[in-house]
Amino acid sequence: MEHLDKLEADSIYILREAYKKLGKLGMLWSIGKDSTVLLWLTQKAFYGHSPFPFIHVDTKRKIPAMIAYRDKIAQEWGLELIVHTNQKAIDEGMGPEKGRLACCKALKTDALKEVVHAYGFDGLIVGVRRDEEGSRSKERVFSERQADDAWDYANQPPELWNQFKTDFPKGHHIRVHPLLAWNEIDIWEYIRRENIPIIDLYFAKNGKRYRSLGCACCTGQIDSTADTLDKIIEELKHTKTGERAGRKQDQEDSYAMQKLRKEGYM
Amino acid sequence: MSLNIVVVGHVDHGKSTVLGRLLYDTRSLPLGAVEKVKKIAHDTGKPFEYAYLLDAFEEEQQQGITIDTTQIQFATRKRDYIIIDAPGHKEFLKNMISGAANAQAALLVVDAKEGVQEQSKRHGYMLSLLGIRAVYVLINKMDLVGYDQHTFNDVAHDMKEFLASLGVSPLAYIPVSGLEGDNIAQLSPHTPWYKGESLLAALDLLPEGREATEKPLRLPIQDVYKFDARRIIAGRLEAGTIEPGDEIAIYPAGRTTVVTALPHWRENDKKTQAIAGESTGIQVRDEFFNKRGEIITKKGEKPPLVTRSLRASLFWLGKEPLLFHRKYKLKLATAEVEAELGAIVKIIDAAELKKQENRTEIRQNDVAEVVLKLKEEIACDLFTECPATGRFVLVDGYDVAGGGIVLAAEREDDKLREKTMKYIMEHLPYNGELTVIVEEGKVARLERVEKEVFSGLDGAGI
Repeated sequence: MEHLDKLEADSIYILREAYKKLGKLGMLWSIGKDSTVLLWLTQKAFYGHSPFPFIHVDTKRKIPAMIAYRDKIAQEWGLELIVHTNQKAIDEGMGPEKGRLACCKALKTDALKEVVHAYGFDGLIVGVRRDEEGSRSKERVFSERQADDAWDYANQPPELWNQFKTDFPKGHHIRVHPLLAWNEIDIWEYIRRENIPIIDLYFAKNGKRYRSLGCACCTGQIDSTADTLDKIIEELKHTKTGERAGRKQDQEDSYAMQKLRKEGYM
Repeated sequence: MSLNIVVVGHVDHGKSTVLGRLLYDTRSLPLGAVEKVKKIAHDTGKPFEYAYLLDAFEEEQQQGITIDTTQIQFATRKRDYIIIDAPGHKEFLKNMISGAANAQAALLVVDAKEGVQEQSKRHGYMLSLLGIRAVYVLINKMDLVGYDQHTFNDVAHDMKEFLASLGVSPLAYIPVSGLEGDNIAQLSPHTPWYKGESLLAALDLLPEGREATEKPLRLPIQDVYKFDARRIIAGRLEAGTIEPGDEIAIYPAGRTTVVTALPHWRENDKKTQAIAGESTGIQVRDEFFNKRGEIITKKGEKPPLVTRSLRASLFWLGKEPLLFHRKYKLKLATAEVEAELGAIVKIIDAAELKKQENRTEIRQNDVAEVVLKLKEEIACDLFTECPATGRFVLVDGYDVAGGGIVLAAEREDDKLREKTMKYIMEHLPYNGELTVIVEEGKVARLERVEKEVFSGLDGAGI
């Protein structure tokens, strides 16, 4: 089997396991390249159907083009879309000037928790990858979150032979990670092969492009002339900087992501 | 296709360092990883550690140990690899197994100064149990023993003797230093007596696994969809191929029908044949009830085993021991069935390879040969014939607490033999060799015990 075929087959297997075994299920869609690939894989796994809703945690600080793209795709594909904002925190003045990690926690982690509990999700499908960042490299494919959404990362259960964690107490939920084995270049090569519609913020304009998408206030662009899929793939094969180097919250602390994710961040 | 390699061995023997060094020297680290570790070293005033490239958790870096397994991608000119770093501490054996279970080959790291230790042996045993035969032994920290050839030979000899008793014969023994980089990416001037390959070159010599496509079809049913007019049986092919027109038999029941179509989403996804490894779906001619856990096979090819009693090699990871008279959930491919311990054939101390006598429970980190009784019949294969349908996990409460491989499907007389043996162990004082002879579905005699004992048994209604 070819590399991309194998990744695709394994991700579809994981999506189908989640659908069969996890009761109420939702998929996080951040509008970025990874979760858009997940959207595509869902259509493949279920033969043109999306048997669960898609969730967007809107911090109201996203790059405006992301929101326009989100609404366009959701309509075209007929997606059931849940958009949720932690409005209370915003009304109380939460923002990156209060500390980036505090802001991420309030507007992303806490907002996500509110959605999980409001809808009673047993499973949340998330597009994180091992190669993105250290704490994600230690993740399981089916990763349990406790009643308070905490990740007990130092005591993860064994996961072997595609037998995933499908037994857990009521009130806990499972984060399902179908893209864990993919790397950044795999994602782009798959987008090229499948001709997946992707938001144009990733393509260079005037010598700059986004490599990772997030809130406008905390996401930087990189210097780049890559304005096509081929050029992006070529650029990534030679770059020496990290994918999330433009994400300012990651730079706040050496273990920023571990700390955020322990509390329930995606 | 990439090759998955797990790195195992005793705690502190330098697995993460060897690996970090290999990745560093071949410039295959994830982007930004080196800079991040340099920053951490600078912030904490500690020296740069190659191991931190893999040990991402704060606790791992502070304590200098690997807690959980990490997977990292790596490429040579020949092929892509996924390297799996596994913890060496006994407490984290469950994480070591999570890593090793996904590997086709292994690097077993042994400290040249400390020699073969408990986890070196236990991990060696686990590799043999998981069916990983392609193994390199790395004798690490050669810098600490002055690159001495005799030390290398002694440690290699000890490991070789132990592994031979498990039927594992490593492809090579390589003297390395993760810290100094000797014989990692290239051969070192410090070991002129070593005539083999560097680790990097040795990796490229690993043989490719046999293509599962050429084996008999095994398609465990994952789910049945009816989103639209099509009724689609979904699953991943674990072996073989399937295409429209194929006559299939679905086990355990063995009902037969014909594949009519391989449905697809977009025109581009249209296929005339699905092969091993692919997640696919089929439509069939006769729409009888199909259930997740059944295995689709091709008529005329070797059928799977159908049984309610499995003889298996098993490793136990649960904090609570595996006990008689307790119900567990057995998951094999997509099948799930209630299981109970039927008999303990033997319990092995994986580090000493000694049989444990007179135990009625299997404890955490034990390896055992057992008979499991299942509430319903399932279809499966011997592990040696089709790994994906010949291995299972046991769930205790909410967690996977053990795993194992199928050695045999028990026949009726085997069950009777186990039952008799268990009765004797529980009810009669007997310390010694004992053989139960079963003929024509009845206990015929017990060798090396008096007739009287047997008569008493007969009355007990076995």
